[in-house]
Amino acid sequence: MSGIIGKKIGMTSLYMEDGRALACTLIEAGPCVVTQVKTVATDGYDAVQVGYGEKKEKHTTKSLLGHFKKAKTTPKKKLVEFRSFEGTSNLGDVITVEGFEVGSFIDAIGTSKGKGFQGVVKRHGFGGVGGQTHGQHNRGRHPGSIGACSFPSRVFKGLRMAGRTGGNRVKVQNLEVLKVYPEKNLLVVSGSVPGAKNSYVIIEN
Amino acid sequence: MSDLIKLVESENAARRAEHPNFGAGDTLNVHVKIREGNKERIQVFQGLVIQRKNHGAGETFTVRKVSNGIGVERIFPILSPNIDKIEVLRRGKVRRARLFYLRGKQGKAARVKEKKK
Repeated sequence: MSGIIGKKIGMTSLYMEDGRALACTLIEAGPCVVTQVKTVATDGYDAVQVGYGEKKEKHTTKSLLGHFKKAKTTPKKKLVEFRSFEGTSNLGDVITVEGFEVGSFIDAIGTSKGKGFQGVVKRHGFGGVGGQTHGQHNRGRHPGSIGACSFPSRVFKGLRMAGRTGGNRVKVQNLEVLKVYPEKNLLVVSGSVPGAKNSYVIIEN
Repeated sequence: MSDLIKLVESENAARRAEHPNFGAGDTLNVHVKIREGNKERIQVFQGLVIQRKNHGAGETFTVRKVSNGIGVERIFPILSPNIDKIEVLRRGKVRRARLFYLRGKQGKAARVKEKKK
């Protein structure tokens, strides 16, 4: 497995030779720098920490400055750890989109758009009450019963109810790489990627 | 729109340049590629453009014709590789961009005047 960090740019369509139009997402990814190599001997597990995005030195804590200095790189905004990274990685190695082949498949991880406090119909896909007739007038999108009566005289834990929706870490698997622009650090992948424009996207393949 | 999106969409410029300029009110011959198994043939769809919609990669146009007394509308993505060729037969003089009023009209009332040069 290898990975890269990027930023979601937006979506457009691509037309295939057979006439299909494919929705695709543009991700500006890399260049990323390896900022730390963790091994079983030193940290108890194998991982590679990768940094993306420039940050001003005055906005970086001294402890992090030292961390970046060790890798001989400038301060980075976003740090992500990848487990079981392919091949041997050294401190300061640069990862670019050139490592991605057209036609290969990737997983994309992002933070989904926050929707605020939402009811059960949007949040959990409940069907609502159903009909609008037979005297029913003001509870079309309610959850219905949330439990029985004197037994168990409580509501079971984990029952799906209304609440804060979105803003979660979401992974979308098996998106095909349709195009790679190495000079622009740009990846074009099929389908949609969670999150808003300009939000961070972690790409694994 | 982001410059990077424009960069990806600029690759369509060649296919876009193949087609003539046209707009609502124009009469077109759209040569559509149709695949049946492994065979490919061309079918011509002739009709009046009643709207052009969206821009960029998702731009489409709607062509309306009356076939055996039944109105038929087809929506084509303007960048679709299934379009072999577009011919403009007649330029129409219209006063709006969407000609949906034609749907409720028949025969002589559904005509569009030709644009004078």
